[in-house]
Amino acid sequence: MIEVKNLEKSFGDSKVLKGITTTFETGKTNLIIGQSGSGKTVLLKSLLGIHTPDKGTISFDGRIYSDLTDDERRELRTEIGMVFQGSALFDSMTVEENVGFPLKMFTTKTPAEIKERVDIVIERVKLIDANHKKPSEISGGMQKRVAIARAIVNNPKYLFCDEPNSGLDPKTAIVIDNLIQEITQEYNITTVINTHDMNSVMEIGEKIVFLKQGILAWEGSKKDIFKTDNEAIVDFVYSSNLFKKIRKAQNKEEI
Amino acid sequence: MLIRYLSQIGKYFLMLKEVFNKPTKWSVMKGLIFKEIDDLVIDSLGIVAFISFFVGGVVSIQTALNLTNPLIPKYLIGFATRQSVILEFAPTFISVIMAGKMGSFITSSIGTMRVTEQIDALEVMGVNSLNYLVFPKIIALLLYPFVIGIAMFLGILGGWMAGVYGGFTSSVEFIQGLQSEFIPFHIAYAFIKTIVFAMILATIPSFHGYYMKGGALEVGKASTVAFVWTSVVIILANYILTQLLLAK
Repeated sequence: MIEVKNLEKSFGDSKVLKGITTTFETGKTNLIIGQSGSGKTVLLKSLLGIHTPDKGTISFDGRIYSDLTDDERRELRTEIGMVFQGSALFDSMTVEENVGFPLKMFTTKTPAEIKERVDIVIERVKLIDANHKKPSEISGGMQKRVAIARAIVNNPKYLFCDEPNSGLDPKTAIVIDNLIQEITQEYNITTVINTHDMNSVMEIGEKIVFLKQGILAWEGSKKDIFKTDNEAIVDFVYSSNLFKKIRKAQNKEEI
Repeated sequence: MLIRYLSQIGKYFLMLKEVFNKPTKWSVMKGLIFKEIDDLVIDSLGIVAFISFFVGGVVSIQTALNLTNPLIPKYLIGFATRQSVILEFAPTFISVIMAGKMGSFITSSIGTMRVTEQIDALEVMGVNSLNYLVFPKIIALLLYPFVIGIAMFLGILGGWMAGVYGGFTSSVEFIQGLQSEFIPFHIAYAFIKTIVFAMILATIPSFHGYYMKGGALEVGKASTVAFVWTSVVIILANYILTQLLLAK
């Protein structure tokens, strides 16, 4: 579980995060949603240690990040898997080398053991015939699968995904969403996903944290969204006509 | 403006400190070093050989054409070619060319990794990205004096061929010039410069690539800026080292 307490972050005069307090639960897909500029990327980067918060604490299963020594932080980072928006695969490496990279860097496994683990993970994300291809030779959806495989290869406790669906067609996006959710439950990982894709919210939003102008404006599950009267989240979610219709239908069913 | 430059210089030295911090596992680093040797050193040999051979030839021809006084001995062609090639052409001129060739390669490859979040990916995994990316380049460029040695040899060979086969001097006279008033310290001076230039070539383009912000267009701009600054620093270092090592 990741606990965030009273997190604040400013860039110059602009206060981006204004006292965020929330928890991201283990074994669940936790989604951070909000409009562009609401502070969700800054929150994610603060969780990852890329940004240092001005105030507040982030604790990973009781370990407060700001209190850790450099060595302890490095150790903690090996427990983190990250799927970047653009996949961030290493161009000079093949799919297999990309996936095996964290094992090569941080474990004492032999090349044969690394190969065995890489094959298992590649099979898990359903990548076929891509082991020896370079990232530039595979599709966007396959690149996302490689990124997920690389993120989970070292059995992370925490998985972070930044806009995992960006640039994907709706069908592939749902496949990737479901894959992340399955992996989260299977490996009992604390997964935090930064997204503004409402399909993802409705598909895998077990816990949703909604940010508006740097403030936590609402939190709950995908089921709670249909019942809530919180204007901020209703405005955001039902900005799409499709979701307005779904909400209407849902409410009629309940009546 | 001045504060901005000073802050950049400070940032550069802080980067150098970080490059030697938290080393990457040797089994991984070994592969990276061999890859950089291939990309930076071996891949540069062709262009260095071509330029050195022909510029050596031009130096020889121009020296010959300027020796209009019959009292000046012809062996001066060999002497002038040797001095120009060993003291300036091979170490400095080739390094400025390499600032364009290697420098833009280093800046654009690291800059692209920055733009595509590959550097963030390394950092999030707990890898010291500066050590991972820059240290192998520094070690690979320890072989740079080998490239300059080849440039010296081919420059003089080009001078000899242009001088002898162009009918400007005889082989005996040219070789007499090469041996005349030879000061071994000049070779040491050239290689000391080369080591310093190698460090500049590895680190300044890396600095511009690593700290660049923006997209593809900015990668191109960073490569240009890196080339300009690498060349400027090489020329300044050349002046300072010459003053320190050769001036009496």
